[in-house]
Amino acid sequence: MSSLDELLNLSLEDKPHIIAEYIWIGGSGTDLRSKARTLAGPVTDPLLLPKWNYDGSSTRQAKGKDSEVILHPKAIFKDPFRRGNNILVICDAYTPQGDAIPTNKRARAAEIFSKKEVAEEETWFGLEQEYTLLQKDVKWPLGWPLGGFPPPQGPYYCGIGAEKSFGRDLVNAHYKACLYAGIQISGINGEVMPSQWEFQVGPALGISAADQLWAARYILERITEIAGVVLSLDPKPIEGDWNGAGCHTNYSTKSMREEGGYAIIVEAINKLGLRHKEHIDSYGEGNARRLTGRHEAPDMNSFSWGVANRGASIRVGRDTEKEGKGYFEDRRPASNMDPYVVTSMIANTTILWKPEGSELILF
Amino acid sequence: MSSLDELLNLSLEDKHIIAEYIWIGGSGTDLRSKARTLPGPVTDPKQLPKWNYDGSSTGQAPGEDSEVILYPQAIFKDPFRRGHNILVICDAYTPQGVPIPTNKRAAAAKIFAQKEVAEEETWYGLEQEYTLLQKDVKWPVGWPVGGFPGPQGPYYCGTGADKAWGRDIVNAHYKACLYAGIQISGINGEVMPGQWEFQVGPALGISAADQLWAARYILERITEIAGVVLSLDPKPIEGDWNGAGCHTNYSTKSMREEGGFEVIKKAIEKLGLRHKEHIASYGEGNERRLTGRHETADMNTFSWGVANRGASIRVGRDTEREGKGYFEDRRPASNMDPYIVTSLIAYTTILWKP
Repeated sequence: MSSLDELLNLSLEDKPHIIAEYIWIGGSGTDLRSKARTLAGPVTDPLLLPKWNYDGSSTRQAKGKDSEVILHPKAIFKDPFRRGNNILVICDAYTPQGDAIPTNKRARAAEIFSKKEVAEEETWFGLEQEYTLLQKDVKWPLGWPLGGFPPPQGPYYCGIGAEKSFGRDLVNAHYKACLYAGIQISGINGEVMPSQWEFQVGPALGISAADQLWAARYILERITEIAGVVLSLDPKPIEGDWNGAGCHTNYSTKSMREEGGYAIIVEAINKLGLRHKEHIDSYGEGNARRLTGRHEAPDMNSFSWGVANRGASIRVGRDTEKEGKGYFEDRRPASNMDPYVVTSMIANTTILWKPEGSELILF
Repeated sequence: MSSLDELLNLSLEDKHIIAEYIWIGGSGTDLRSKARTLPGPVTDPKQLPKWNYDGSSTGQAPGEDSEVILYPQAIFKDPFRRGHNILVICDAYTPQGVPIPTNKRAAAAKIFAQKEVAEEETWYGLEQEYTLLQKDVKWPVGWPVGGFPGPQGPYYCGTGADKAWGRDIVNAHYKACLYAGIQISGINGEVMPGQWEFQVGPALGISAADQLWAARYILERITEIAGVVLSLDPKPIEGDWNGAGCHTNYSTKSMREEGGFEVIKKAIEKLGLRHKEHIASYGEGNERRLTGRHETADMNTFSWGVANRGASIRVGRDTEREGKGYFEDRRPASNMDPYIVTSLIAYTTILWKP
């Protein structure tokens, strides 16, 4: 009897076809969906991929009597699961008339990133995605005793050992799968709360950072599916003396990276301070449970910044201070933030927005 | 469905390597690590970028000024990721370049760089003992929960399912260390069941300590895989059960040459004059282990002898017979910091004058 593995690994080398997995964001703004189709041969340019469609009434993105939502391919990654010439395709969603549907945040972001002043500043983003692994049937973190808690935080950050590190195989598999896929994954580490982990994407240019983060999230959830655990992007999965999960967003522009950049950085941070409320509202659902001012998170209602200060809204690294140029870290975004929204909003506020109120783009 | 194994074994095709940066945390014995992507293979630690970590999460910096800088000091091949991927032993500094208080390597490096010490080509053989514990009850592996195995006697170098517990972990560790480039010279089952030993060396100068820390890291990663807990406690079980030590074998160029036995005796005398200072730096909790029983020397007295396992320092019969060789300091505990112990022994025997 053939095994599933034999069939999964059947070679299609003598056939010209490839399989493309089209991926999009569903009605909640954080749920990922995908389906696959056969194509006649290898494709590396998303513009050469056909548009497709899906049943939006099944993802709360369209009504039943007019349910077609059109998928526009935007970014291609190598498929680490099917390998060969097979691909993952990050798409965004439109009505048949060509309008971005309300949950399509990429379209707005693309507009911002293509504005001349933004494009010239070569905006780089480094996204630090934190996440929690949960046991499948009880939604309690992996490795935690059922009905109880592990010893308090302290030993788990970058920790090793069976009583301190839960789920490493999954995290390492994800690291390699993302590198294979062509995602600029720059590192991983175990986090302060046991069974919480982090990976970093970037530094990546413009809208590519968000495309890559969504692709990395997709690969992560496919891997947790294989491992039989549940992925949570909730920003405060366990109440009490346990850290929340964020998606700290590191940012720099060309001017910030050049001589005299530090003054540009301070100016940008001040502009962000003037729009704190607008940003916070778009930095992820449920963030209020996380941004308490404790557990290395800034307080939600006040804006602050400091060098090497992990309790501030924005942290500037010591290297940046010392060299007079570099980047800064916005620590406010929650783990479930939409990177299309956050990256383009930071670019908009720091480059396009003037405190007098011109050039405001609303989400 | 793809397996995790297939994904873990994806080839990076030399477009990237993954470097696991390793450092010692706030307790002085807890190991921490995180990984980063580099554009290609690196073999010289000086070519690796410095990095930083959140010292406020490891008890090594306050939250308002939390960056601790990692300086790469030694590279080993990564036995878990293999390929060109590497493990990097680092030590920790403030952003101003000052070693943080738990960084014992920096002071050790200074001692080993002293001319008189470097000329003596100090060799170390470190015998790391450790205990394996069951994960949820913190009771040694193989021991009945709520009870005890038969008394010590059959377990030292023993074989059989009723006598040797955890051998796969120990053997996997042996090969992984050899793969990594660590000079692991041997392994054996110890007197207490569930306790094992491996030896690193003889290695030169500070490299012995770098290699021991790397070997400890690999060991704890392996116990993580095996689902058991590593203990470096020097007296894990009270009562008629052996403790765990990290006997430190030592020789200098002069000791290894003709007339070396006299040099050895002088060195041991000097160690005797600084017994208190050494004992205070030989590991936390050592007083529970150094009772004078169970093959240890009493903590408060200094003694030495040929082939004497009850003495503070043991000289082998070979060394006595050949008139040259090395000696074994049996005082250090299993949780000792090898940077401290190796450099202190070098300091006392070579640099210190009564």
